[in-house]
Amino acid sequence: MPLQEAEESIIVPPRKLSLNLGELWQYRELFYFFTWRDIKVKYKQTLLGVFWAILQPLFMMLLFTFFFGRALKIETQGLPYPVFVFSGLVIWNLFSTGIINAGNSMVTNSNIIKKIYFPRLIIPISSILSSLIDFFFAFVILIVMLISYGQPVNFLYAILFWPLGILLACIGTFGPGSWLAALNIKYRDFRYVIPFLVQALLFLTPVIYPITVVQSSWMQTLLALNPMYSAVEIFRAPLVGGLTNPGLALISIGSSIVLFFIGLLYFKNTEMYFADLA
Amino acid sequence: MKPILEVKNISKLFTLQHREAYLSFRDKISNILSPSVETEDFWALKDVSFDVQAGESVGIIGRNGAGKSTLLKILSKITPPTKGKIISRGRTASLLEVGTGFHPELTGRENVFFNGSLLGMKKAEIQKRFDEMIDFSGTEKFLDTPLKRYSSGMQLRLAFSVAAFLESEILIIDEILAVGDTEFQKKCLGKIGAVIKGGRTILFVSHNLQAVMSLCSRGIYLEDGGVKDSGEVRHTVKTYLDRYDAVDSDWKNVFNKGTSKADPDFRLLKIFFKQNEIEVFGNIVNGEDLQIEIYYELFSKLIGFRVFVDVCDQLGSVIFRSFHDENIRTRPMMGKGKYLSKITIPANFLGPIAYDFKFSFGIHNVRMLEPAEGISYKVNVEQTGDYNNAYGGQYSAGLICPILRWEIIDDTIA
Repeated sequence: MPLQEAEESIIVPPRKLSLNLGELWQYRELFYFFTWRDIKVKYKQTLLGVFWAILQPLFMMLLFTFFFGRALKIETQGLPYPVFVFSGLVIWNLFSTGIINAGNSMVTNSNIIKKIYFPRLIIPISSILSSLIDFFFAFVILIVMLISYGQPVNFLYAILFWPLGILLACIGTFGPGSWLAALNIKYRDFRYVIPFLVQALLFLTPVIYPITVVQSSWMQTLLALNPMYSAVEIFRAPLVGGLTNPGLALISIGSSIVLFFIGLLYFKNTEMYFADLA
Repeated sequence: MKPILEVKNISKLFTLQHREAYLSFRDKISNILSPSVETEDFWALKDVSFDVQAGESVGIIGRNGAGKSTLLKILSKITPPTKGKIISRGRTASLLEVGTGFHPELTGRENVFFNGSLLGMKKAEIQKRFDEMIDFSGTEKFLDTPLKRYSSGMQLRLAFSVAAFLESEILIIDEILAVGDTEFQKKCLGKIGAVIKGGRTILFVSHNLQAVMSLCSRGIYLEDGGVKDSGEVRHTVKTYLDRYDAVDSDWKNVFNKGTSKADPDFRLLKIFFKQNEIEVFGNIVNGEDLQIEIYYELFSKLIGFRVFVDVCDQLGSVIFRSFHDENIRTRPMMGKGKYLSKITIPANFLGPIAYDFKFSFGIHNVRMLEPAEGISYKVNVEQTGDYNNAYGGQYSAGLICPILRWEIIDDTIA
């Protein structure tokens, strides 16, 4: 047995915070397995399977088109309303399913964390990765829709802004998602907070209306503190030919990054006690 | 060589809140308003230290709540210690539960991969051992069936099979043999035994003292969060049983030096129950011979001294009685000295029920020796012996289940 080359590993009481990203890399296969399991389990025993990933935003689009597009006649930066709202919804759904899954992930996997050690961050990250899979199905529909509406798309912007929008949505989901995951395992109240938060945030994000419907500039600034503001705006930029308000987008990106670190640090700071609390 | 595992002064504190099972935000807020919530400090482990050498197999015993599981959780990095330090020099894998992460909607194959990777196996490693695992579990026919269609026994077999092929220098196993049918338990024990023979280091927690003694070379006895005794496994188990008053009180007597009441002519020293050369305590199987060794001392020359055992059912009726001089046609004369009377109850004789073995000592036609009421041990027998299982799980009913000589002869007149 190659004992000589075996490295020493030391277990001591937790003292200082360490992100230990090397360990995360060591366990990289688990990301795949958790994501894969979440997707398999989600669509097993459903009649329509992965179609649900497409149907849900499509139905919401129809609803919003009927109420907001037809009845309220909202100005939509020159886009047909269905295109406007669907382009917002695909990226919004990435956030909403991501944050709901991530927020509940530690509680739903508590039986595993009580019995096996692995870097706990893998769990909320994997739930975001699995909502990313749903996103790509809906994204394909968005492309189909853009083609059938004959919507001009700025290709340079698309190559630049679409990946950036997706990345921002993931970062914006991870911060609050991992924070909520850690809080949820300690205080189960957060189980009720998450859906409420998501619902409220939908109306505070320019998904179904552009930010310009809000007139006052300080109100706009306040709304831009929402990390999803920049994700949606940037994701939609190739369709409307650019960013409406780069300043607001930067505020939102800043808030996204701040939340990312708050979530990450809170999670890392409390993760060793998850097994005791779960 | 340095020990493969050094546990130094490990302590673990839990703060118990005499309230709900988990915190709610409301509590937190009300705590701020009135910070007088009753809490109590509870040291689940206090200053636990020990070293494990490479290749050693260590059995950790102790009552429920003694801190065994907490210790394993700390060793497995699931929960951090409050004080102390652990140094391990090798890849550690722990098996605190069989089938962690098994999902009922996933197929057997999918669960093997997910569970295996949770246990720390690489995907390629699982692929390489996949056939062996499935072979060991005996569930190849159901590989692509969702786990929820499996019987609980099949789930367990599949789960253990994944774990059985873990490759690590140190393996930590918690009470996994408490479940499953006897046959599979034996298979698991065999596998663990093979792993130990393969030179790997094992930490094993179990309430099954027989399993601990047969698998482990060293024992660590935890009580109230501290190490009470540590050393050669047989010795540790003995210390444990000596203190373990609440249950198996009659088994404690096995280790008692002789009897309480003095007899001028006789003193009982020890009674050992053994199967396969391994001492057993209260739980035996009927697929193997049972040896009982009775050690005693005579203080004078006795003619017609007889040791006998009454095997009784739980209602106290004697099923059979057996004397130690049954094979002799004379009345043996035994001089002053120490003796051993040995009896073998053959395999395939006892039934899968509970018996009382009552040992008595007497001088024929003269008097009973102390203890005059005899000394009894309760024994649970598990069915591992032969029977025609072509008809499913039924074995013959009755107080004893001997295998007799039967013949079925075709008597048709040609």
